[in-house]
Amino acid sequence: MSGTFTKAMARNVFYGGTVFFFLLFIALTFDTMQGLPKSDNRAAITPAVAAGKHVWETRNCLGCHTLLGEGAYYAPELGNVYKRRGPEFIKAWIQSMPSNTPGRRQMPQFNLTDKELDDLVEFLKYTSEINTQNWPPNIEG
Amino acid sequence: MKYKSQAVAMPYFIAAIGLFVGQILFGLVLGLQYVVGDFLFPSIPFNIARMVHTNLLIVWLLFGFMGSAYYLVPEEAETELYSPKLALGLFWIFLAAGALTILGYLFVDYNTLASATGNDILATMGREFLEQPLLTKIGIVVVALAFLFNISMTMLKGRKTVINIVLLLGLWGLAVFFLFSFYNPTNLVMDKFYWWWVVHLWVEGVWELIMAALLAFVLIKVTGVDREVIEKWLYVIITLALVTGIIGTGHHYFWIGTPAYWQWWGSIFSALEPIPFFAMTVFAFNMVNRRRREHPNRAAVLWALGTGVMAFLGAGVWGFLHTLAPVNYYTHGSQITAAHGHMAFYGAYVMVVITIMSYAMPILRGRQANSNKAQVIEMWSFWIMTISMVFITLFLTGAGILQVWLQRVSEDPMPFMMVQDQIALFYWMRLWSGVGFAVGLVLYVVSFFIKGKEPEAVAA
Repeated sequence: MSGTFTKAMARNVFYGGTVFFFLLFIALTFDTMQGLPKSDNRAAITPAVAAGKHVWETRNCLGCHTLLGEGAYYAPELGNVYKRRGPEFIKAWIQSMPSNTPGRRQMPQFNLTDKELDDLVEFLKYTSEINTQNWPPNIEG
Repeated sequence: MKYKSQAVAMPYFIAAIGLFVGQILFGLVLGLQYVVGDFLFPSIPFNIARMVHTNLLIVWLLFGFMGSAYYLVPEEAETELYSPKLALGLFWIFLAAGALTILGYLFVDYNTLASATGNDILATMGREFLEQPLLTKIGIVVVALAFLFNISMTMLKGRKTVINIVLLLGLWGLAVFFLFSFYNPTNLVMDKFYWWWVVHLWVEGVWELIMAALLAFVLIKVTGVDREVIEKWLYVIITLALVTGIIGTGHHYFWIGTPAYWQWWGSIFSALEPIPFFAMTVFAFNMVNRRRREHPNRAAVLWALGTGVMAFLGAGVWGFLHTLAPVNYYTHGSQITAAHGHMAFYGAYVMVVITIMSYAMPILRGRQANSNKAQVIEMWSFWIMTISMVFITLFLTGAGILQVWLQRVSEDPMPFMMVQDQIALFYWMRLWSGVGFAVGLVLYVVSFFIKGKEPEAVAA
């Protein structure tokens, strides 16, 4: 870099650029928050959904599964599992774990109560109805 | 070392290396569980091992950053650390909190741990990378604030160099954005939206400031290039990092229930995110080529150059690979993401912390550089770890391409677990590469125990 571009100029570009783009980010965030009610399915959030999210978090489901593509990549995507499998299958699956098939990946037994299972299913139903711009590409997740 | 108080960096570096070893052990467990699914089940299920693997990474990098700051800030400010006692006290608090958290993950059922640590009062757990109990999160904030107080006071009473200012900006940013980890609304879309304010604005934002500052410091020391030149580069690099990285957050807002316009903002700005990493590579090589001295610590120079290259490859190239929305539509949440994550974290943050440890540890132990023999072992560990990581990344990328094809592109999409069986060969090869990485890490640790005569400095 030549002498015409001084350190002071570099510093000013840094502070100016950072402030500008951070403010732009805040503006986009503000706009996103205004638009979210149209896409985030918040109308479907019930006490059961909230309780289901709590079950989801306290069993660290994201440590193996993805939810809307985020999490670990060891086990299937669950953002659309409600549509893929339906409520009864999901509950029966969770209750029958682990499979104990030698060499196969194992899911722990979480000993969820009937209410916790119902809440979790409600949470997964709400999640499956979020407008994700048609992601994932197909039902397999 | 120039100032006695810089010595507090040493326990931080030792803890960092110890936790790094733990992280890699759990990495091997995970790699094996990918192919032998019931390995260690039910004592250590995959989700627990993964949480230990990622949380150890975060904690040891934080130890590394803090140690680096305790070493670097006094030297740059040309004054003793404000309070070495506080620094040492915080070390033990942070180590105890970190160890208790990891032991809690391993020996207490996660749900029980959650209720026992106040998660029912304020639910923050169970989200990727932010799995820590509420008490640990509060502990992190307290330690971070006391640490920032200590190094900020040090800088304020001394010289305010550009490197110090940039490093402190990065570290303060780290603490401020971590506060978003306490915000966890029931609305999943908003939860995810602000979760990225911690994760993305850390690793593709303020951490890049920390990284660039650490790299600049080591380059000044080992090349003897004029500070003015290096500081100008530093400003240019961090400008590029934040100008692209802040709006680049949008590449996480494609498919999580946020408006479609993020596909444009996120694609365009994150496509530019490799530029600051490329600039860092050019910077490192340029400064080393223009060196005015031959620093006796050749290992540190190697790590500094390696950081530039590997950060560009891992964060820059492998990030770009799947960042454009039309591509990401197929690759989102696949092994491609895992491939990128591994090389980016290694290339950028692991390597920059090792760079400064490589430079500072000999000095903290009372010599300019380690013996030739020790340096040769250290450089072997550099090559073995780095090449292993390249292979881990390549095999995960292979797995990812096949996974995306079989599960998402082909006309007859296969279910997730069936696909996993198809790509097991790649997971095996990844596991063996991981074993290679562990061998490199063992050599790295061994290099600290090799004695011999200190090499002499020669003028270029």
